[in-house]
Amino acid sequence: MAKMVTDVICPFCGTLCDDLEVSVSDDGTKILDVYNACAIGAEKFLHSQAKDRVTRPRMKQEDGSWKEVTYDEAIEYTAKMLADARKPLMYGWSSTNCEAQAVGTELGEMVGAVMDNTATVCHGSTLIAVQDVGVPSCTLGEILNRADRIVFWGCNPAHAHPRHMSRYSIFPRGFFTGKGAKGRKMVVVDPRVTDTAKTADIHMQVEQGRDFELLTALRVAFKGEWLPDFVGGIPKKTIYEVADVMKSGRFGIIFFGMGVTQSLSKNHNIDQAICVTRDLNEYTKFNIMPMRGHYNVTGSGEVWGWLHGFPYALDLSRGFARYNPGDTTSNDLLMRDEVDSVFVIGSDPGAHFPNSSVKKIWDLPCVCMDPHLTPTTAVCKLHVPVAFVGVETGGCAYRMDNVPIECRKVVDPPEGMPTDLEFLERVVARVKELKGA
Amino acid sequence: MPKIKLNLITGRTIQQGVAMEGGKEKPAYTTACGIIELDPEDFKKLGAYRNTNVRVTSEYGSVVVKAVDATQGPHPGLGWIPMGPWANMVVNPNTYSTGMPTFKGTPVEVEVAKGEPVWDSLTLVTKACRGEI
Repeated sequence: MAKMVTDVICPFCGTLCDDLEVSVSDDGTKILDVYNACAIGAEKFLHSQAKDRVTRPRMKQEDGSWKEVTYDEAIEYTAKMLADARKPLMYGWSSTNCEAQAVGTELGEMVGAVMDNTATVCHGSTLIAVQDVGVPSCTLGEILNRADRIVFWGCNPAHAHPRHMSRYSIFPRGFFTGKGAKGRKMVVVDPRVTDTAKTADIHMQVEQGRDFELLTALRVAFKGEWLPDFVGGIPKKTIYEVADVMKSGRFGIIFFGMGVTQSLSKNHNIDQAICVTRDLNEYTKFNIMPMRGHYNVTGSGEVWGWLHGFPYALDLSRGFARYNPGDTTSNDLLMRDEVDSVFVIGSDPGAHFPNSSVKKIWDLPCVCMDPHLTPTTAVCKLHVPVAFVGVETGGCAYRMDNVPIECRKVVDPPEGMPTDLEFLERVVARVKELKGA
Repeated sequence: MPKIKLNLITGRTIQQGVAMEGGKEKPAYTTACGIIELDPEDFKKLGAYRNTNVRVTSEYGSVVVKAVDATQGPHPGLGWIPMGPWANMVVNPNTYSTGMPTFKGTPVEVEVAKGEPVWDSLTLVTKACRGEI
């Protein structure tokens, strides 16, 4: 007989589904199956059980081979690397809990680090735009119960947030949305005919990189003013039609993703999208929300927000907090050779940074804390495997709508393996000794 | 052999997500991400069969991936490599003072790469860092 753990939180994407059920063996050591999760979430739980999982820290040798070391040696190496560095980069933080993020920030303060999270290659542009023009937003619960106009702009939840549409935005029946999908109008803006676009009422297949123009055209269309025949490849008739659809709803929401944050114009695209939302509030209630990727990238922004006032690109190297995207962001720092060591936690810049930045990490002393084998663990000097947050330890995470949710522990980590929090606490203690504090 | 010019974008696919969580050192990750999705029209211009290895080159780098049919098309003129180390060999790393590399909208050239392999993620990144590719 298997034991069922209910109300498990999924530690994959920013949707942070909280209805998973996981069956574990009677002795509570093995995950047997995962229910209610999407394919990606289920794989995350099941992969934690992989027989070939790395369970001890590994140090890269001169000849490129790997040698197993103890956790004590790993703590010593990490503490020394950070204590000796003039300006270390501490990057990642999005796949760990807020408790570890807070201790990590204490460590960053002690060693004068630049702290950056994965927003830097994800919704960093959004954070800049929000600081520029504000953000009228709401929670996913309000969307479920009230929203009848849903816009997905430059995002593809069918692939990236697989349960988003069924739990909150399109299909569920809520308090004021009793007809479910039938009562909602769905608009998708994407240069490809994505699987999300295939379910939409209206798909605007915008020319790649022309989002700014199309957003501006919508603002013109709300006022019924003149438009050229085509904007960003979209005929003006469609733009007026979409403007009418958006204006005629009772409660609307624009979800947006990497299509706008990573294309040229970047933060200005989001500025314009927020202005579209603001304009729509002259006619009805409209909101806007970024589709956050990692399950706790929002949390790291919150933790740094309450500790230092800035959500990412946090430079503590001068003994006080500075924030200047383009200057204190990971890729800019790496490309300009401005950091002298790299500490990666809960992220994979080796796979998700442009290769020119990865080459810089290769040349620097680098410690990577990650349960998986990744391209980052291949380019670092020390790989420290830790317990999976949300599977082998609990902790607080923030959903994409800034709602904090407490993750649940399902099984124990492999024997002797610390959590992120435990490892960081021990590094903090050792750095204190080394600094003579 | 003809070369074709495309606008390259990257991003998540569910296959990329599942393979990533299943282990980036595994062959499934290469199958999911070491690819470029091309529109049938672009396949015609390239004069290549489906599942042929192709070399994708931009101003910023070059990588060999397998050319497959677009799953979320049609999108003629647009190439799609799922996010990961293969895409990041060729994307535009410039942040233009925003902190964000320009992952979407890199002009690339695609040509058939006869006899050249698609490396797995760990080998690809290691070789690239050593300057071997």
